[in-house]
Amino acid sequence: MSTTTSDGGHGDDASRRDFLYIATGAFGGIGTALAVWPLIDQMNPSSDVLALASTEVDLSPIEEGQSITVVWRSKPVFIRHRTAAEIEAARSVNVQELRHPQADEERVQQNKWLIMVGVCTHLGCVPLGQKSTEPHGEFGGWFCPCHGSHYDTSGRIRKGPAPENLAIPPYEFLTDTSIKIG
Amino acid sequence: MSSPASGNPIVQWIEYRLPIFSWLDHSVGSGYPAPKNLNYLWNMGSLAGIALMIQIVTGIVLAMHYVPHGDMAFDSVEHIMRNVNYGWLIRYIHSNGASMLFLVVYIHVFRGMYYGSYKYPRELLWWMGLVIMLLMMASAFMGYVLPWGQMSFWGATVITNLFSAIPLIGEPIVTWLWGGFAIDSPTLQRFFSLHYLLPFVIVGIVIIHIWALHIHGSNNPTGIDVKGPQDTIPFHPYYTAKDLFGLGVFLIIFAYWVFYNPNYLGHADNYIPANPLQTPPHIVPEWYLLPFYAILRAIPDKLGGVIAMGAAIGVLFLIPWLDTSRVRAATFRPIYKQFFWILLADVIVLGWIGANPAEGYYILIGQIATTYYFLHFLVIMPFVGWFESPWQLPDSISSSVLEKGGGSASGKEAAQ
Repeated sequence: MSTTTSDGGHGDDASRRDFLYIATGAFGGIGTALAVWPLIDQMNPSSDVLALASTEVDLSPIEEGQSITVVWRSKPVFIRHRTAAEIEAARSVNVQELRHPQADEERVQQNKWLIMVGVCTHLGCVPLGQKSTEPHGEFGGWFCPCHGSHYDTSGRIRKGPAPENLAIPPYEFLTDTSIKIG
Repeated sequence: MSSPASGNPIVQWIEYRLPIFSWLDHSVGSGYPAPKNLNYLWNMGSLAGIALMIQIVTGIVLAMHYVPHGDMAFDSVEHIMRNVNYGWLIRYIHSNGASMLFLVVYIHVFRGMYYGSYKYPRELLWWMGLVIMLLMMASAFMGYVLPWGQMSFWGATVITNLFSAIPLIGEPIVTWLWGGFAIDSPTLQRFFSLHYLLPFVIVGIVIIHIWALHIHGSNNPTGIDVKGPQDTIPFHPYYTAKDLFGLGVFLIIFAYWVFYNPNYLGHADNYIPANPLQTPPHIVPEWYLLPFYAILRAIPDKLGGVIAMGAAIGVLFLIPWLDTSRVRAATFRPIYKQFFWILLADVIVLGWIGANPAEGYYILIGQIATTYYFLHFLVIMPFVGWFESPWQLPDSISSSVLEKGGGSASGKEAAQ
């Protein structure tokens, strides 16, 4: 080494070693990261869970003023046959004053059918209000007993800690009296 | 504990190849010189270690009978309670043992806070302890889910939903944690796997915790450093004997819960099988998580509440630097000492608020107590350290012991 004449040879040698060192490290690092991904992704929903992602419901037995709860993707879905007074109450609200501003018209496909995921947007409890004997909160809709969120007759958050309105699942009317959720 | 100087040829044969006897001797034997003034609050470390071992042994046995599946978990727990030989005993030891472990660990933490055990040079020792506490909380939470009762299911729902407060990636994270679109059997199975794993991770960190402890030795009730051999006594037999006495008292209290009041610390709703369509009217965590739950609910904003709850433990990592006093033990700090007891009362108030519904004046009290909690660490701790004049410290551990009248007359003469 001491007898080599070119300094450039020395410099090349050093930078080549640096390159090999960094490239090897990067190769190993990226390879390890890729190998870890299956171990992380295995915790995501499996194929059979994803396959259960739609539910059909017959609406004909539900009388005006009644609600039923169906299960979609292991979550409760509230289906309410609303009264004229409830629709009127939901539409007489000044939308701009709401925490999560949404007009009632945006939340339903047919006025009398309110269909939404029955999971409080705060921390995931199931709000009360599906039965006439249960509390309906201060706005005549649903009330979450866990941390006191009040939802109105359109399922919109009006009071309490929840940040958003009850979610509307994707659904379509197959006939006038049956729907497919998901 | 065999001394490394033992003449036993088998001990010597092993010791020459693997010095495990001298290692044990330096860890918990006569080769570990401990300050001679340690009071009974210093029993909590060894009690926590024993309580952890009880949890691991009973847990391994319970796992031989438990079935981690949404359809069978609840019934398998009832099977343990009714059919498995001594199953009721083992399960009650395990479920009450979690409370006993938290009890001694919380006393251990408050002892460290009172006597300034987190200060230089024990900052990393304190951090390791906090990591253990966090892992215990995660492990206890997942363990509480396993019986798959109503409180299991809805407690898991509320706690995992905390992650949905994270902007943008919150929802995908929650789905990933659940392995589905709601809490279900996949969630239960992964919680079981992790609940089995975490105690062994805790054991690993406990070993690092004890390693760090032995670098500078135990703190002591005066908070002053050991100045020489006259300030110490060998851990064995003195503190092993003292710890064994404490263990006896601990086991009596433990046995009271197991045999006379085994369900008091739990919740009756957890004897109702999990129902994904009906939330119980009041969801409350176990007692040891109530203060943090109260802080979560005190903030009227989802993300804000989650951040405050995380910060309640995060701030504890910073107290070696937030505490500006040069004196370790609150014993010699006339002003800080009083604030310490106010903090302890504040945490108990938070626990009481956490057990009550978030309505009416409970909300206001919870918010005041939460504010005070952070005020203590972020404002009172630094400022009192600057302005307070501590009392005169004793010259040494030895002289503090003798001044208290702990020594005999001849001992006093000898000291003078």
